[in-house]
Amino acid sequence: MALNDTAPGRPKPDQPPRGAATRAAVERGGLNVLWLQCGGCSMSLLCADTTDFQGHLRDAGIHLLWHPSLSMESGDELLDLLDAVLDGRTRLDALCVEGSLLRGPNGTGRFHMLAGTQLPMIDWVRRLSARAKHVVAVGSCAAWGGITAGGDNPTDACGLQYEDDEAGGLLGAAFRSASGLPVINVAGCPTHPSWVIDTLMALAADSFGADDLDPLNRPRFYADQLVHHGCTRNEYYEFKASAEKPSDLGCMMEHMGCKGTQVHADCNTRLWNGEGSCTRGGYACIACTEPGFQEPGHPFHETPKLAGIPIGLPTDMPKAWFVALASLSKSATPKRVKHNAVADHLVVKPAVRKTRLK
Amino acid sequence: MTRLLVGPFNRVEGDLEVQLDVQGDRVASAQVNATMYRGFEQILQGKAPHDALVYVPRICGICSVSQSVASARALAHLGGIAMPANGQHASNVILATENLADHLTHFYLFFMPDFARPVYAGHGWHAEAVRRFAPNRGEQVRAATAARQRWFTLLGTLGGKWPHTQSIEPGGSTRPIDAAERVRLLSRVREFRSFLERQLFAAPLEAINSIDSEDALWTWHAQAPLSGDLRFFLTLVRELQLHTLGPGPGRYLSYGAYAQPDGGWALPGGVWRADMARLDAVDASAITEDATHAWLADGSGPLHPLQGQTRPDPDKARGYTWNKAPRLGGEVIETGAIARQLAAGHPLVRDAVVRCGGNVYTRVLARVLELARVVPMMEDWLGALRPTEPFCVPSELPDEGSGVGLSEAARGSLGHWVVLRNGRIANYQIVAPTSWNFSPRDAAGIPGALEQALVNAPVREGEKTPVAVQHIVRSFDPCMVCTVH
Repeated sequence: MALNDTAPGRPKPDQPPRGAATRAAVERGGLNVLWLQCGGCSMSLLCADTTDFQGHLRDAGIHLLWHPSLSMESGDELLDLLDAVLDGRTRLDALCVEGSLLRGPNGTGRFHMLAGTQLPMIDWVRRLSARAKHVVAVGSCAAWGGITAGGDNPTDACGLQYEDDEAGGLLGAAFRSASGLPVINVAGCPTHPSWVIDTLMALAADSFGADDLDPLNRPRFYADQLVHHGCTRNEYYEFKASAEKPSDLGCMMEHMGCKGTQVHADCNTRLWNGEGSCTRGGYACIACTEPGFQEPGHPFHETPKLAGIPIGLPTDMPKAWFVALASLSKSATPKRVKHNAVADHLVVKPAVRKTRLK
Repeated sequence: MTRLLVGPFNRVEGDLEVQLDVQGDRVASAQVNATMYRGFEQILQGKAPHDALVYVPRICGICSVSQSVASARALAHLGGIAMPANGQHASNVILATENLADHLTHFYLFFMPDFARPVYAGHGWHAEAVRRFAPNRGEQVRAATAARQRWFTLLGTLGGKWPHTQSIEPGGSTRPIDAAERVRLLSRVREFRSFLERQLFAAPLEAINSIDSEDALWTWHAQAPLSGDLRFFLTLVRELQLHTLGPGPGRYLSYGAYAQPDGGWALPGGVWRADMARLDAVDASAITEDATHAWLADGSGPLHPLQGQTRPDPDKARGYTWNKAPRLGGEVIETGAIARQLAAGHPLVRDAVVRCGGNVYTRVLARVLELARVVPMMEDWLGALRPTEPFCVPSELPDEGSGVGLSEAARGSLGHWVVLRNGRIANYQIVAPTSWNFSPRDAAGIPGALEQALVNAPVREGEKTPVAVQHIVRSFDPCMVCTVH
């Protein structure tokens, strides 16, 4: 396996990487990242599309002070590092928090104590946030509360700066990190590895500002897209040829609970684990980048409807237009699309014409 | 007697604290504290049953598919639903992809880096351990991370994404695979096989699978003690006497892994009793959870999961963890790859456990051997897919009833128990692998498997986070977030 470090002409691990932005980052000492709590988003991060994950971070000027899955330090070694950050001996450029912040029971934070310290995690996060140049919520739990805030939210879980779609959360709506930015919400359940890496690389290169955040403080580079963009089921969508059961090929909006036409994320243009996405995997987009997705008010796999019309209409689409277009396209559905929509493999193939395509 | 409060542990999944009473240079007694409570069993109350398939994979980012499989099996049991053969094979490939990735991650990223610690700097092998396994720098750490990334592209195709793959249904897999895709998937499996054969084993998988005794293993090791990362680990076993660290309870549970369309298992389960070298059938009705020392209400005493309760009681005086104490017929049990391979009759694992028991060495060995054993199975399952036949049948569930889903995650036996009333979830109980292994004491005061394994662990002069304790803890490959679901 070729590793960047050992290939001829590559910088050695302790030498600065190349490139103007990363050179500047390294001259400032790199982007010191401290990561707290570990879960699916870290596991997803390790699936980043690179042949050398650790070299990729280092070459971008990203220096992991500590990460729960990747670092050597354990126990007292980590506690020494946290002390050094809190008293200013170690510079903290980006505090990445993964997972919900558990305020319960009764505001004590005892549902999540930082092991070995007899102090609640929320206490550590508050104090470390005050020391950080940037604070990054990695995943929908850290951004909004997420799945852990489901049901009647038994642990009183919230996000760093949001509780569902209400600004506030653990740090409060007015919180700004030393950079002047609010918490950067790299939401998703899990979050996409390259949403995280692109954010950290932009922070390392000092090229990320307030204009790069959408109204929910998500990075615009992925949140200004819709999951619908690039969906391979688009022909079925156009003709309202709908899937009726799991593994059907048709559009999942009408019956199967798919919210891809409304949800902000680029999952079908920036694919997952090679060539995947939820819709390509045969299941509905459940809006995991959006606040409150964990309690949609209906079973996840069923589309809620009013008078036969889905309640959740495509983003920016007036209802009357949608109804008119849907009824027109349903009446014009080609036989091929209609049959394939309710099958798990192509039962009618696209016609092969002998004429030159115009 | 001195008391050490050890934590936070990293390179374990989730939050773990261990309280040690140290007498001289040895651990005299240990208490294991899972320091986080998550509330999934409460969240699931009142939900539509199918919604469990959205919530449960999100219990955990590293055992995500395992949770999906157990939940789908519980719902399938409830509804009397049988997967078509394609759905079973596809689900098995998806589960095996996660399980083997977890074994790889454990070995290269979680367990081996501890041998690069400065405490071992005086040993002749230390520089090589640093070169291979130093976090973020080690060549093998980085090569394994790259191999893992490629490996998970199997799930981009088979399940849309990982983690939180939602393609697994009670009735099969939602992602049909066509013939061309199958060829591509097989080539990805071969790529991973090649990584294992070049880097981990320095030998063909079939050669590893043919090693049937400890004598044969050490003969193979002696041929080239530094060639490949398994042999390097075996060198460390000898140098550091890792077989003397962390003895387990000697009773091993596997529910059986990778259900087959004919009703059998690729790796049959059972309860292996090391002292009698005997395999008993699993009696799932004998499973109880005892909340005496958990910060959870325990008014009714130990309960079978179908009657189980989860109600936080954070001020309970006897409590020291958020984890309940699972018991099988009242006994402490160990689970994981070692249990799975003992139950399934792996001759080398059985021989090694006969000779030196369950410990740091045999737990890690069993995990690595499972990589060699399951990759060829995955090749067979992909070969058995019939691309034009169904992958999934619809899931019709009754409004009332109960179901149980038993499965094997990378870390061991995982059970889901679900009760429906009026079409809604009335109770949902989960017993995770690390719930067994990192169990607290029960009502009789019997310590859990890790609590027992830590007794007599050596503590060096001045150590606040004893390195031997770290080896023992990590040898179980704990997943604390599943534990405290």
